[in-house]
Amino acid sequence: MKSVSPLIRGWLSLAIGGIAAYIIGMGLVFAVSGSWTYVHLVPILFATFGGAMAYAWGAAGISPLTKGLIWMNAGALGGFALGLMIDWLVQGSLDWAAPIASLFSLLAGFTAFFLGVAGLNAVSKGLLWQIGGTLLGAIFISAIRVAMGLTWSGPFLFTEPAWVLGGFMGVLFFLGGNGAVSDWFKWARGMDTPEHHEETHTGWVKYLNISFDHKVIGIQYTIVALFLISVGGLFALIFRTELAASQLQFLTTDIKLFGQNGPQLYNTFMSLHGMIMIVSILLGMAGITNFAVPLLLGAQDMAFPRLNSFAFWISVPATVLLLMSLILGGFDTGWTGYPPLSARAPVGMQMFFLGVFTSGWSSILGALNNIVTVIRMRSKGMTAFRMPIFVWAAIATSIIALTATQFIGLAFQLVMFQRLFGMGFFDPAQGGNPVLFQHLFWFYSHPAVYVFILPGLGVISELLPVFARKPLFGYRWIAMSSLAIALVGFLVWAHHMFASGMNEYLRVPFMYSTLLVAIPTGVKFFSWVATLWKGKIWAPTPMLFVLGGIVVFLLGGLTGPPNATVSTDLHLTDTYFIVGHFHDTIFGGFVFPFFAAIYYWFPKATGRRMNEALGKLHFWLMTPAFFVLSFGMMRIGLLGMRRRIVDYDPALNFDYTHLVMTVGGFLIAISVLIFIYNFFNSIKYGEKAEGNIWNSRSPEWQVASPMPAHNYDQPFEVVGEPYDYGLPGSKYVEFAAPAKATTHHKGEN
Amino acid sequence: MGHFLIVGILVIAVSVLTYFGLDAVGLMPVQASAQAVSIDWLWNWEIVAISFLFSLIVVPMTYSLIVFRRKKGDTGDGEHIEGNTPLEIAWTVVPLLIVLVFAYMGAYSLGEIRRIDPDALVINVKAQQFVWTFEYPEYGIISKELHLPLNQQVLLKMQSADVIHSFWVPEFRIKQDVVPGRVTEYRITPTLLGDYKVRCAELCGSSHAYMEGPVIVNTQAEYDTWISEQAVIAAEAAKTPEGQGELLTVKNGCIGCHSLDGSKMTGPTWLNLYGSDVKLEDGSTVIADDAFITESILYPQAKEVAGFAPTVMPPYALNETEIANIIAYLKTLK
Repeated sequence: MKSVSPLIRGWLSLAIGGIAAYIIGMGLVFAVSGSWTYVHLVPILFATFGGAMAYAWGAAGISPLTKGLIWMNAGALGGFALGLMIDWLVQGSLDWAAPIASLFSLLAGFTAFFLGVAGLNAVSKGLLWQIGGTLLGAIFISAIRVAMGLTWSGPFLFTEPAWVLGGFMGVLFFLGGNGAVSDWFKWARGMDTPEHHEETHTGWVKYLNISFDHKVIGIQYTIVALFLISVGGLFALIFRTELAASQLQFLTTDIKLFGQNGPQLYNTFMSLHGMIMIVSILLGMAGITNFAVPLLLGAQDMAFPRLNSFAFWISVPATVLLLMSLILGGFDTGWTGYPPLSARAPVGMQMFFLGVFTSGWSSILGALNNIVTVIRMRSKGMTAFRMPIFVWAAIATSIIALTATQFIGLAFQLVMFQRLFGMGFFDPAQGGNPVLFQHLFWFYSHPAVYVFILPGLGVISELLPVFARKPLFGYRWIAMSSLAIALVGFLVWAHHMFASGMNEYLRVPFMYSTLLVAIPTGVKFFSWVATLWKGKIWAPTPMLFVLGGIVVFLLGGLTGPPNATVSTDLHLTDTYFIVGHFHDTIFGGFVFPFFAAIYYWFPKATGRRMNEALGKLHFWLMTPAFFVLSFGMMRIGLLGMRRRIVDYDPALNFDYTHLVMTVGGFLIAISVLIFIYNFFNSIKYGEKAEGNIWNSRSPEWQVASPMPAHNYDQPFEVVGEPYDYGLPGSKYVEFAAPAKATTHHKGEN
Repeated sequence: MGHFLIVGILVIAVSVLTYFGLDAVGLMPVQASAQAVSIDWLWNWEIVAISFLFSLIVVPMTYSLIVFRRKKGDTGDGEHIEGNTPLEIAWTVVPLLIVLVFAYMGAYSLGEIRRIDPDALVINVKAQQFVWTFEYPEYGIISKELHLPLNQQVLLKMQSADVIHSFWVPEFRIKQDVVPGRVTEYRITPTLLGDYKVRCAELCGSSHAYMEGPVIVNTQAEYDTWISEQAVIAAEAAKTPEGQGELLTVKNGCIGCHSLDGSKMTGPTWLNLYGSDVKLEDGSTVIADDAFITESILYPQAKEVAGFAPTVMPPYALNETEIANIIAYLKTLK
């Protein structure tokens, strides 16, 4: 076997292990149900996780990853058995589909994975504490209920109030237990901590532990974002497959999983797809911002490194809460959670609210940190209009995230309280108003879409000059347009509510304000085209994604105004046209630029570059597939396809379009899998790239990759414009003392 | 100058091709209301603008990628052009003017579709999970079908019994949410005979996809016939207990979830239900007798039927006579 390459051994093991696990799973299903079912969740799960374990073992023997996967599988099975037993004891009958068994399986599997990979680290410790905290909170409320003579158990083991306090305490315990707040506690006790925090861990293990280094935190954010993109994408594939033909295919009313039947499960997957993708976008952009902003400013770190670390770590228990909502009965409201529907949904609704509420803290604190960093920590000579353009985008984004996120938290909290304490904020029977919720919700959630796209547009503006070899056309206009979008974005929220029954006359001013957004957005497009004009364009993978992003975002932008003008919107709202429109804006404004940024800054983080051929394959698979998907959505939306439906009228003749869209969805998933493989494979085996491989003027590329722990050894001074490509003898930055020739490349421009 | 000329010609050509291409595909469903005319007029101008702006960005971009790409071995930079303030002002001000024109057109179009006919025919609409019910107050008719006379403005006064729903007939274009605790209005003037469907456009729960109801546009004569037939049927039905029971099941929207033909919907079918054995979620069996049906109406969660748990049905506070009438009706469904 020595002569066979690890790659082939890995794939062989995957095939054998996967098939074996599938057969075992089928045998188990047969043993329990007495019938052979070839397509069943259990064998599929077995094959996936057993196959992954076999792949890791085949490719690298007993590596930390293999150990993690072995532990995970053992933990998941053990957790399932434990949950099953508890459910049996409480309910008195054996229910193989008991949600609590699935929940224990998920939590134990997750925790065991991180324990197996590297023993006790910040993740596994945090998860252990979170599980403990959740159970403690739930048992506490249950005990009070028993003392009051109320029932303590429900279909999901504990009652709703017990789960809410449990979920909340789980978050607190996670943060208390994993060390994210220990320095603050030390300060409170009068102890000193070193000003420059030295890494206690080296190598990849530091990503699983508390680190105050903005680059490490940036990568931690990015990895969690990639995980969530995979989960959200998986959910999309599940319901996209269901939609491939009219009638119910596999999410039928006969199945039961996590306490939900097929259509309910569809609604949960669809709703969680929305929110998990949103959280992954927020974390992904926080990752890029965290990694890049201090480097672009010439700062050693963010202004508040501990707050930075805290903002990241709070997003981990939030992720767990979001996944818990799937299992605890799910919810059928979409990501918007409109009451009264959300006031009636199962316990999962509360876990969802709590998860969003918690991850909101991550956004708010990250934004605060960003603003202070940009105001206080720019290097000498970096005046406002000499900042790299991405920094402008990050500032505009942070202003929105800092000031608007509270509203979604508040809106969700009010529904939580309505459910827990009977406060009828949105219940018309108690004098509440359901439309009020929509105002509160969209007051954040509309500006939030600019949080999703502004950093991405900043990435496009930042990378375009490098690959067009020309100055960014109209730098100040682009910088100001980001701020303009951020500010106008606060005045347009009610355009989501033209059909909601809100005051009729208010629709007209909101139409005007919404259309105004087109102007600063247009300035960006025109300036980008002018930047390309007469450049010397070359298109390695990052540039391909930048160009793809521009075209896709253009389609998203152009399909916006028909939703802004009230009368046309009354036809378009709540249809697949909207779904197509916002997938265009999110893919163009986030997904494409996010990938561009990763391909572009990957060498800065690792000293290696990602495989160019696989990168191009990723682009050329994803882009056409996405066009098919989004054009299909808009086409059938105009003709009568409503949003958020598990099934559609066969008389509408949408079957063929839906089938094509499903194929497109799977192609996108395959392209992202290629990306993920490329990402992790290149960390170890990528071609070495320690110099200024993109020939950029930006300060971070004037020193060797990977970046040292505290960034620049010598501070630099800004002596010119950031994007003066083509101006002979010009320089953007000058390092204070000549850099050591052995470790630093001098600026090449 | 040559570059600009070529790009200019290409932009115009691609704009025209894009517009006519989109137009030929036929983007909108059939135009079946007076209001749809005004909406499609605005939509058409938006497609014109979209075609032009799409070309204005994509053509010069593509042109640059082909003509200004870096030659092999060239490591130099492009021309040093930092910006052009008059140009920036131009592409801020011109779009501003275009946007204002569109906002004006949008307001005009909104005014057109909200034009009020004081003689509009009033129909009450009740939305609830997962069924539409229509009431013609002048005739005391309650129906699952919405019949509308041609070329006559209709005012739908809509109320929801539970969560938010949204009334949408794609061929009519307009959509209006139905919000619990208030009456929302929907005005439409049908202009094309035919059978359409109202489709709930606001996620309202697990069977949201199936919350559809027939909408039929009749000639005035057909409409009058239908109204008089329905009035007779309603009067006849009111004479017998099972007839009153049937009316109650329509009025309360029961048939949104319970089929009469044996097909599986959100709730169990009613065909051959009375007197049959019902399997429950916990494995036991009960007989669908008066007691079970009464309990299922008043306390739906008390016994969960296998295959339909968790029960999503809300309790219905009907009185004894009403329940007796419904049971009488169920007995007829064999």
